[in-house]
Amino acid sequence: MTLEARRMAESRVGRAGMLAIGAIVTILAVSGSAFVIAGANPIEAYQAYFITPLTREFTLLEVLNKATPILFTGTAVAIAFRAGYWNIGVEGQLLMGAVAAAGIGQVVEGWPTLLVLPLMVAGGALAGAAWALVPALLRVRMGIDEVVTTLLLNPVALLVVQGLLHGPWKDPETGFPESPRIAASAEFPPLSEFIPFIDRSRLHLGFVIAVVVIVIAWYVLSRTSTGLRVRAVGLSPHGARFAGIKVERTLLRVALISGAIAGIAGVSEVAGIQFRLTEGVSPGFGYTGVVVAMLGGLAMPGVLLAGLLLGDLSVGASSAVRSLQIPSQVGDVVQGTLLLVVVGAVAIYRWRTTREDDRPPDEGEPQPEEPPGAPEGTAPVEEPPT
Amino acid sequence: MMFFADIFAATFRNATPLVYGTVGETYTERAGILNLGVEGTMYAGAFFGFAVAYQTGDPLIGLLGAIVVGLIAGALMALMTVTLGANQHVSGLGLTIVLIGISEFANRMIFTGGSLPRIEPMPLWDPLADMAGPLGTIANQYGLTYVAFFLVVPISWWVLMKTPLGLAIRAVGENPEAADVAGINVFRVRYIALMIGGALMAVGGAFITLSVLGTFTLDIIAGRGWVVIALVIFGRWRIFRGVLGALIFAAVYSLGLRLRITPGFEDIPNEVMLALPYIFVILALALSGRNVPYPGAYLKPYRRS
Amino acid sequence: MTTNGGQGDLAAELRGTTKRFGDLVAVDAVDLALTKGEVHALLGENGAGKTTLMRILYGLTAADAGTIAVDGTPVTIHAPRDAIAAGIGMVTQHFSLVQPMTVTENVILGRARGARLDLEAARRSVEEAADRFGIAVRPEAVVAELSVGEQQRVEIVKALARDCRVLILDEPTAVLVPQEVDTLFETLRLLIDEGLSVVFISHKLGEVRAISDRVSVMRRGQMVGTAAGDTDERELARMMVGRPTFGVDRQEPLWHDGEARLQVRGLSASGNHGLAALHEIELEVHAGEIVGVAGVSGNGQTELAEVLSGMRTATAGSVTVDGGELANTGPQEVMAAGVGRIPEDRHASLVLDLPVSLNLIMERIDDFAPRGRLDGAAIEAHAEDLIERYRIKARPNDRVATLSGGNIQKVLLARVLSRDPKVVIVSQPTRGLDVGASEYVREELLARRAEGAAILLMSEDLDELVSLSDRIIVLYEGRIVGRIEAADADPEHLGMLMAGRTAEAPA
Repeated sequence: MTLEARRMAESRVGRAGMLAIGAIVTILAVSGSAFVIAGANPIEAYQAYFITPLTREFTLLEVLNKATPILFTGTAVAIAFRAGYWNIGVEGQLLMGAVAAAGIGQVVEGWPTLLVLPLMVAGGALAGAAWALVPALLRVRMGIDEVVTTLLLNPVALLVVQGLLHGPWKDPETGFPESPRIAASAEFPPLSEFIPFIDRSRLHLGFVIAVVVIVIAWYVLSRTSTGLRVRAVGLSPHGARFAGIKVERTLLRVALISGAIAGIAGVSEVAGIQFRLTEGVSPGFGYTGVVVAMLGGLAMPGVLLAGLLLGDLSVGASSAVRSLQIPSQVGDVVQGTLLLVVVGAVAIYRWRTTREDDRPPDEGEPQPEEPPGAPEGTAPVEEPPT
Repeated sequence: MMFFADIFAATFRNATPLVYGTVGETYTERAGILNLGVEGTMYAGAFFGFAVAYQTGDPLIGLLGAIVVGLIAGALMALMTVTLGANQHVSGLGLTIVLIGISEFANRMIFTGGSLPRIEPMPLWDPLADMAGPLGTIANQYGLTYVAFFLVVPISWWVLMKTPLGLAIRAVGENPEAADVAGINVFRVRYIALMIGGALMAVGGAFITLSVLGTFTLDIIAGRGWVVIALVIFGRWRIFRGVLGALIFAAVYSLGLRLRITPGFEDIPNEVMLALPYIFVILALALSGRNVPYPGAYLKPYRRS
Repeated sequence: MTTNGGQGDLAAELRGTTKRFGDLVAVDAVDLALTKGEVHALLGENGAGKTTLMRILYGLTAADAGTIAVDGTPVTIHAPRDAIAAGIGMVTQHFSLVQPMTVTENVILGRARGARLDLEAARRSVEEAADRFGIAVRPEAVVAELSVGEQQRVEIVKALARDCRVLILDEPTAVLVPQEVDTLFETLRLLIDEGLSVVFISHKLGEVRAISDRVSVMRRGQMVGTAAGDTDERELARMMVGRPTFGVDRQEPLWHDGEARLQVRGLSASGNHGLAALHEIELEVHAGEIVGVAGVSGNGQTELAEVLSGMRTATAGSVTVDGGELANTGPQEVMAAGVGRIPEDRHASLVLDLPVSLNLIMERIDDFAPRGRLDGAAIEAHAEDLIERYRIKARPNDRVATLSGGNIQKVLLARVLSRDPKVVIVSQPTRGLDVGASEYVREELLARRAEGAAILLMSEDLDELVSLSDRIIVLYEGRIVGRIEAADADPEHLGMLMAGRTAEAPA
């Protein structure tokens, strides 16, 4: 390495830049290989995946549309993870929100829209929060790891959906497992109704609500006392408790809010796109939300960007199926690789940076035990032996 | 009587993938690492085991292929969490997403989306074939099931508790500093634990495609990987207790399946029966209470300081 | 005391060893020569670099420069494995033991080879090593159930079982009472007779002179010099500190009112493992007084501080401040009653990844967030004020994690003391701090005392305890076994109380 490159490597900005470049190169290499295996030209494929969707009005709006549910779930996950609460049950919480929306949507025939829409959102939020309640209580009262409990409730939520769709909500005419259509007043209006020059796009109110939620979440986390408490609990539960912050109360609140936002994601899908409840209402939006949250660095502006990026990827991947005959599964591979590479790059960055801030071993500093589920700390680091 | 025999038999069969997965994840977590990539590893093991068996015509080579995939998955997780020290929850989830994505991509590429071919599944082993009645039914299991309960479980217990490697794995998960000072290569031991775990998980997935179904379907793992995570905690990171948990879960599951066709129980929706095992596990975790003895270094990446 | 060493073969030698942590030079071109068959003390204050130097020798830390030779042969040491292979063993300050495992398992950890663990043979070898060196250990005991002194013995047996020729002990007497220290010294002499060489890290002058053949003194990362073990105490102290020490300062007792500010009655509590850690503690602290709590680590001081801070529940008894009951409430209630807490685990009691300014308001967030919104300007101004008043070397937006140990402690002090607490619970305030920071902390505590605060001080540094306190309470196994005026405190007597021996029982 030249002296110039080495000096750059030593500066922190230079290091971040080099890691970013390294990450991008790795992602391009891995996804490029997938494209080649699929029998397509990698350059054309990159273009189709990432650039093309942004070039036409219709596909650009579809990017925003595809981003909508994962903006919600990404926010839900990010808020929880910031507090050190590993809510991986967003998928199930979303489904319960969808159930609530479909249920309310069926009984509000003829009610005014201005009344119904807030009712739907509130109902979905409540349902999502309720689904998040039990694991949260188990964690807060009994110290039981929420990773497992939230995770296990996901398949149960799906079973609830299936039970309803094969039972009381089975479409009486077709016999298909899909619920009756919700009332017209319960539908999220498409944005083309408000913005004249957008037409023939499915983009609906849900997107606006998602952006509003992100902005509110950003404000609360970074500018309010509540947000400071949440951040403190996530960074150092013991330090927060010592300073008088009620850790259990904070965790419970965060868990419920996270579940509520996930529930609203479910409402958004039912009221904005599907207009009924189906088994496939969520093709993994909850888990994608984890990807969005992590790619966004658990920060709200990042979540917004990451959600848009993955929305872009989603649109690009499905159009590339037709135009380049690349199977849609490649999109999943790219998404997963994106996550791993970014997480790995961040870990490398933190590792090298903390090396500089190394402090000598304080003689006699005992470390208290963290409860399970707390985020790992950032201890000073040294080179591991090879 | 046959009712219970059927359920017993089904229990062992349904528990098999869980047993492989739980033993594998126990090794991993005993070394201090939570591997949420179980679901993806089992999935990849199921698919690639099948694909290799199909291409080569030999299910045993398919099994070998699954093991290789599992070793790679474990190594990849180790690269993220041990070498780079990245967040374990996210690395595991990312791994699951990647592995499922790659499996489905390969599925598309190899089998071009039509319906999947069926291969001759690995045979059942019926040592008590001439014995009619309940015992005969129960003993009629797949080879891999026998391997799981009579070979893998006792051997893995013995390795973990009675060999230097097992001692090193346990030490590394409790107090990696002490292990390091004692001259153990913490990173290498964690890599080994993750790779052993990955291989076992992959076999657990391959069992379903190679032995039970003879083919591959999407959603083949159906969340069993997540259940494994819970079972390891239920098992207090001990091999036998984890296997017990797997058996209980499988028993409740099998009971639910059986009850669906039992007179008197048909009115209860299928979904309730299917949900029972999950609810049961959550209850079991809740009842086991606080002060669960997590390995001392659980979730903490090791760095010299 | 034998006078070996100074001549003869070198068991180990370090030359030109240097280690930097960021801007701090922890070890600065240090040379150290260890002769065979000697007890060589490495003396210096907290932060002098002694531990870092030995960690380099044992491979726990990588040096930036320097060479190491063992028994005349140059060696490269990247990891403890290499050091062990070269015949070096180390007993660290915090034991490297796997708590849930047995003594035998801990001893064979990393040494077992092959497919089978032969626990039977291992147990026998542990017993042999123990007998040969006169060390009492029980091979089948689970480490978590052993006392601190016993665990230290296990550590020594571990090192011996690996045929070490050089044994490094890092502050081994920090966790022992005077009588156990004698036992340790006897063991060391036996080891020397068997041909080992010992490096003994300590900051305690008395012990160093009692046991060592030679003493090397370090100060601020540099090797000041090597002297004979029986060198005059004041000379050694001068080498350590750079100026003559004046012994221990005594406080003038302040007049204090009859009412006790802090009253503890019948307080009992359990420790982390569910066993009782405190038994019916009774104590009082008056305004303008410092009550010191003496006791070897592990006898209840930590739990006492935690209960009084609201971080641990009490199983019985009461804690009142000016009449208000505080037991089993929480940190918020305790602070609201006017109690300031300076904890012993300072890294965990702050939020290291947040900036100094936010940590400084963490105990009173709502005061800086009218209607929920954080007032950035007020927070920054508050931080600048405290940074100046408490001489913290940091800017308001610096992450606390980047501060030195002394400055981190100042942040805690600033946060707590700026609220003029009526009662202060302070634990190990100068642990790990350099001389300047330690003096500052002690001055602050005395200043508070002069202003009428009631201070309960827990410290493992007996000199500090005796010089700062008006009265001293001794804790042993969770009970108060002695109460004396500091002016009457005598190290020998304190040591016996701390070891659980009352005045009547013969030694």
